[in-house]
Amino acid sequence: MKIKDIIFRLALRSIRLHFLRSTLAVLGIVIGVVAIATMGMMGANMTLSVTDQLSEMGNILVVKESSGGGGGGMPGLGGPGGGPSNDEEYIPEDQFKDIDRIASKYGTVYGLYSESDTIEVGEDTRRATIYGLDESVIPEILTLTDGSYPKSTSSVIIGPSLAERLDLTLGSKIDIGDSDEGPTTTVRVVGIIEERGMSMDLNTDSAIIGSEKLFTGIYGGEGDYDQVNIVLNDINDAETVSTEITDQLNKKEEQVAVQDSSHMLENITSTLGTMTTFVMAIAGISLLVAAVSIFNVMMMSVTERIREIGILRSIGTQKNEVRKMFIYESAILGVLGAVIGAVASLTIGWVVVLAMVGSTEYFLAPASLIYVPFAMAIGLITCVISGAYPAWSASNLDPIEALRAE
Amino acid sequence: MSGEVKGMNDQPLIELRNVTKVYPLKSGDVIALDDVSVSIHEGDFLAIMGPSGSGKSTLLNQLGCLDRPTSGDLLIGGRNTREMGDQELTGLRLNTIGYIFQKFNLIPLLSAYENVEYPYLMKYRKTDDTGYISRLLAGMGIDDALAAHKPPELSGGQQQRVAIARALVNDPQILLCDEPTGNLDSVTGRQIMEMIRTLNEQGRTVLMVTHDPTVAQCAKRKIVIKDGRIA
Repeated sequence: MKIKDIIFRLALRSIRLHFLRSTLAVLGIVIGVVAIATMGMMGANMTLSVTDQLSEMGNILVVKESSGGGGGGMPGLGGPGGGPSNDEEYIPEDQFKDIDRIASKYGTVYGLYSESDTIEVGEDTRRATIYGLDESVIPEILTLTDGSYPKSTSSVIIGPSLAERLDLTLGSKIDIGDSDEGPTTTVRVVGIIEERGMSMDLNTDSAIIGSEKLFTGIYGGEGDYDQVNIVLNDINDAETVSTEITDQLNKKEEQVAVQDSSHMLENITSTLGTMTTFVMAIAGISLLVAAVSIFNVMMMSVTERIREIGILRSIGTQKNEVRKMFIYESAILGVLGAVIGAVASLTIGWVVVLAMVGSTEYFLAPASLIYVPFAMAIGLITCVISGAYPAWSASNLDPIEALRAE
Repeated sequence: MSGEVKGMNDQPLIELRNVTKVYPLKSGDVIALDDVSVSIHEGDFLAIMGPSGSGKSTLLNQLGCLDRPTSGDLLIGGRNTREMGDQELTGLRLNTIGYIFQKFNLIPLLSAYENVEYPYLMKYRKTDDTGYISRLLAGMGIDDALAAHKPPELSGGQQQRVAIARALVNDPQILLCDEPTGNLDSVTGRQIMEMIRTLNEQGRTVLMVTHDPTVAQCAKRKIVIKDGRIA
């Protein structure tokens, strides 16, 4: 038996003798560890989930005519992705060429015409967004579930939501324009686009996509793009491309604004991070309560073992060794609480993440699981700190007074 | 720290010079020791007698370095304990002084063997693989079977023998005994006193607090404390 073992055994005995009290103290730590780890894991899973979803469009830059506002942020629903655009705001052909010259080496650059207009399908009349795109670009950026890409000015592809709503299939005819107000343009559906959801560049699910010629044939404005989209090959080039474009095009006056989805991603990640920290801080209150409990247990332990401390001191035990005995005791409680808490965190955390995030896809990701050892460490440190004063107080007891205690 | 102290032939091993101990209380200061001077030489066996509350235990605590005097000096082996820090004084208690208490003061969790082994481990930082502790306990009449028991499972006499073994395990020069037979029956008490006398004959300096004149007869000399002063 080594000296440490004796001191350790004395600490262990105290825990064993006061099993219920110690168990409650451990339970406090368990709750604290579980709360912190679970909240942390939930935040991490939310962040990972959102990041993953957003990173899919993280490689897209949208260049628009500057209307005085800066770049960055999510385009409004009323923008080119979702509704009519202001006719006064467009990217002229020469600017498009400049943008293409700068950005084409980083990915695909294409100009986009868009208009919201009335469409008629048989008796049904609705409004829809009509996009005009370079025919050669369409296959690069859009995937079809059925049919083929448009090859003439009378053929279009449509989004799945529009197809479903108007019961459109391959070969269906759509009249673009309001027949009560003037002539319409009849086009034929040749392809159905795969569902894309909301995006910065194009919202195609309820839209009609045709060639540039079709669009300018209906609405005019050839060479005046509503926006220019850049699909980057490498998401890390976003900053460089954005800077190059604004530096070159906005030299004299602010002509264009570049919207970069990475800023939005950063904002959302930062917001989620702040939220996670806040929730974890609330969870940390439970550890504070546990710390008070441990402190109480340790102070009672010191009080009950005063005589024993007196004996140890009188036969030559140094103060620091008495201190260690109590630190061991609080550390044992801490280790027990942290280990049980860690195991419970994995179970409870899994359930919470499933309930709050809706998926446990990222549960085992390092960024998520790191909160378990993190919470364990916090729990353990809390215990040791809580035990520090009682330990110090025990080691500084007057041996004679301690020996007199009953 | 070995804690080995030497008392020169003409120099006392322990010397109290005008030691006063005052306990400040709300109701007023209590003078437990009042200008006490004592010299104890190597191999001495001193009985400290006196009525309850006279200050004899306070004196023993001073001699055992468990307490510091309010004024005056305690010299052990010529060194003034006033110049020693807590760590050094604790080292003296571990290496040079063996304490035998009236109430045995064994640690109830540990077995008799472990109680004796504890100070040994504190001093040598290694387990005893020579059988020294077992022999020491056997010399006190505690065989291996008894040594495996915890103190509450032993009789008072057996506990005091274990306590003496614990006091001796680090081969101290000084043995402090605080009413060593106070909790024992007369037969066991005599046996314990015989042991202590033998230890003194082997060269250890023994300082013993007792109020029992029969027990005090074992000592080579006596001092009587009354109201904190040597009478």
